[in-house]
Amino acid sequence: MEKKNFSLAVSPHIRSRESTAKIMWSVVIALLPALSVGIYLFGIHTFYIILTSIIAAISTEGLFQLITKRKIRIFDGSAVITGMLLALILPPTVPLWIPALGSFFAIFLVKELFGGLGHNIFNPALAARAILLLSFPLIMTSWVSPFDGISCATPLAIIKDNLSAPLPSYLNLFVGTRAGCIGETSVLALLAGSGFLLLRRIISWHIPVSFIATVALFSFCSGKDPLFQVLSGGLILGAFFMATDYTTSPITKKGQIIFGLGCGAITSLIRFWGGYPEGVCYSILIMNVLTPLIDKYTLPRRFGTKGVRSQHLTK
Amino acid sequence: MGFHRFRGGVHPPDFKYFSKTSPIKNLPLPPKVIIPLLQHTGAINESLIKLGDSVEKNQKIGDSKKFISAPVHSSISGKVIAIEEFPTPTGQEILSIVVESNNRDEEIFLDRIDWEKESAEVIRDRIREAGIVGLGGAAFPTAVKLSPPKEKPINTVILNGCECEPCLTSDYRLMVEKPKEILEGFQIILKILGVKKGYIGIEDNKLEAIKNIKNQIPLLTNQANFSRNLESPNLHLTHSQMEVITLPTKYPQGAEKQLIKAITGREVPPEGLPMDVGAIVQNVSTALAIKEAVVDGKALVERVITVSGPLVKKPENFRVRIGTPISALITASGGLPADTERIIVGGPMMGIAQWTSEIPVTKGTTGILLFPEDESPNKEIEPCIRCGKCVEVCPMNLLVSEIGRYAENRDWASAKKLNVSDCMECGVCAYLCPAKRPLVQYIKWAKEQIKVESL
Repeated sequence: MEKKNFSLAVSPHIRSRESTAKIMWSVVIALLPALSVGIYLFGIHTFYIILTSIIAAISTEGLFQLITKRKIRIFDGSAVITGMLLALILPPTVPLWIPALGSFFAIFLVKELFGGLGHNIFNPALAARAILLLSFPLIMTSWVSPFDGISCATPLAIIKDNLSAPLPSYLNLFVGTRAGCIGETSVLALLAGSGFLLLRRIISWHIPVSFIATVALFSFCSGKDPLFQVLSGGLILGAFFMATDYTTSPITKKGQIIFGLGCGAITSLIRFWGGYPEGVCYSILIMNVLTPLIDKYTLPRRFGTKGVRSQHLTK
Repeated sequence: MGFHRFRGGVHPPDFKYFSKTSPIKNLPLPPKVIIPLLQHTGAINESLIKLGDSVEKNQKIGDSKKFISAPVHSSISGKVIAIEEFPTPTGQEILSIVVESNNRDEEIFLDRIDWEKESAEVIRDRIREAGIVGLGGAAFPTAVKLSPPKEKPINTVILNGCECEPCLTSDYRLMVEKPKEILEGFQIILKILGVKKGYIGIEDNKLEAIKNIKNQIPLLTNQANFSRNLESPNLHLTHSQMEVITLPTKYPQGAEKQLIKAITGREVPPEGLPMDVGAIVQNVSTALAIKEAVVDGKALVERVITVSGPLVKKPENFRVRIGTPISALITASGGLPADTERIIVGGPMMGIAQWTSEIPVTKGTTGILLFPEDESPNKEIEPCIRCGKCVEVCPMNLLVSEIGRYAENRDWASAKKLNVSDCMECGVCAYLCPAKRPLVQYIKWAKEQIKVESL
């Protein structure tokens, strides 16, 4: 009984089994269906794109942390996610230096320079894609149809520019057999992954539902086909995997709904009245900037400040 | 009334199975007891005895004239061998009276009170005189809590049988074994406050306790009504009513403000007290102590304590004398396992880690837990990824993650703006945090700095 030096620590003395790494690797798992379908649809080159993107993301992060003498945390899965997400939103035909450069931008410029994990303002993958799109517009907008690799336009571009090409059916859009970015085409695969994240309670419904519902509402009100608008472009990918990024989205549920509404509204504005056929990427980036402001005005109601009810209990 | 719930909370593994089937046992008389003169929230007592004095069980040995205080009593008979400072479970060194047992356990009793006839003042004085404090852990003097000012009328009294901390089973065992005594104590509380209806909140993982308490209620009230009817038949049904409210098992269901919210829908205002919304909460074991003080004339010199944890060989619920060193309880539960890393007094969510097992059991000691080294996958503090889990589960609706970040940057003013003072340190945020951030520690730090710098 004379043993001394028991460890002193502030309560609580038990901790849940959840960890940052577990959350991150769960997201990686949730992205696998979309990645696999992307490779299946667009061929082996997409596999190399994905691989390059991931390797570049991990090595940029590792190198940066090595040079700046920070703790190496390349194994927590977050750089892998960034690499995967970036690959998912690239056209399937890009040369391999595009994902390499993109991952470098994402990790170095957007994430690490802002303070690393948990401190970045923009979603790294989306910001990198925006930079790539501005720098290499041609490469970043050449699309091919699945399986045969014949170049063609994306469904949203067909609508936007009134092209004569045939539109894919709802079923095509749902399973993913249409032109588009590597990971955005198959709604089915994306929903499978997001279902897993919802079940694991890693993401909540608030952002995706308000985002998608707002786009549907805008489509309906402006005479567009809501279902087509929801199923095409990068909406499902963006709503479930990009807009729900913890660091760059609001923390309260109320704030998340506002964030989703904003994303949906900006996406619709760009799609219907802007210069680009697709607006998911820019809408999320714009809302990323507004996140601190949303947080500030959606503080949870302080306990005990609800009008104190004076009524007695049930008799 | 609909659903009985409060916002937030978590479901940690409850570990109750270690000790919930162990009936309450009396711990053998300790050879000596250390009675700290401060065991409650409030002013410290002055010693009433001198070195070398002989004392008996239940004899008052420390008292204070301050309003917020509760006297202390010797829990054994014997001789005072020391009056000096000793470490106590809260981490402070407190002037304490050490009594060496003469093994005769001679006791004196206070006079028994017929509470149905006596006035509220007389009963309240007895509760103070018996040194009763809240036995749920906070140890606030019960007589003070039962003296609400006139401008704060009380219409709801809640008996707290939630025991929402994992591992702890002392309240549970008492509800299973002594429902009649607990309810009599509750009737005394209701009488003092002049409230007719009382609620007993119990979590739905304590079915046997719910059953036993429920079965006991009609027996008690019928008996009372019967005897009243004989005296004056018109006084029919004036007796207090008691109702068991089964609450969902969720930590911290037993936190005062959350319990009131779950049962009545009312929210105690920030920095306010339950009486601000007409409510008073008492723990079930406090009710038992009140009954024993009023009806049996006993001072608060013993209490029930759970000794448990994954390492304990024989998890038990002991009825022990106040002042018994916790090492004696650990020995009685099979000894101290070699790989014990933490000794915790209280529950795993809010208890206090101890550096030594040579501290006395005090009135507020609910349990003694032995835990091995933390096996969590990452012990290092990682950056906050803003997952928002802490905000989602905070029962006080605080923006915990941001408070943690502010504290990390020593920005106390900003932490204060986010109402860090509302925090009751229940620990659900730190329990859940995937980055293993010491959020409770940050918050305690912020609160302390705000006090020091009087921001």
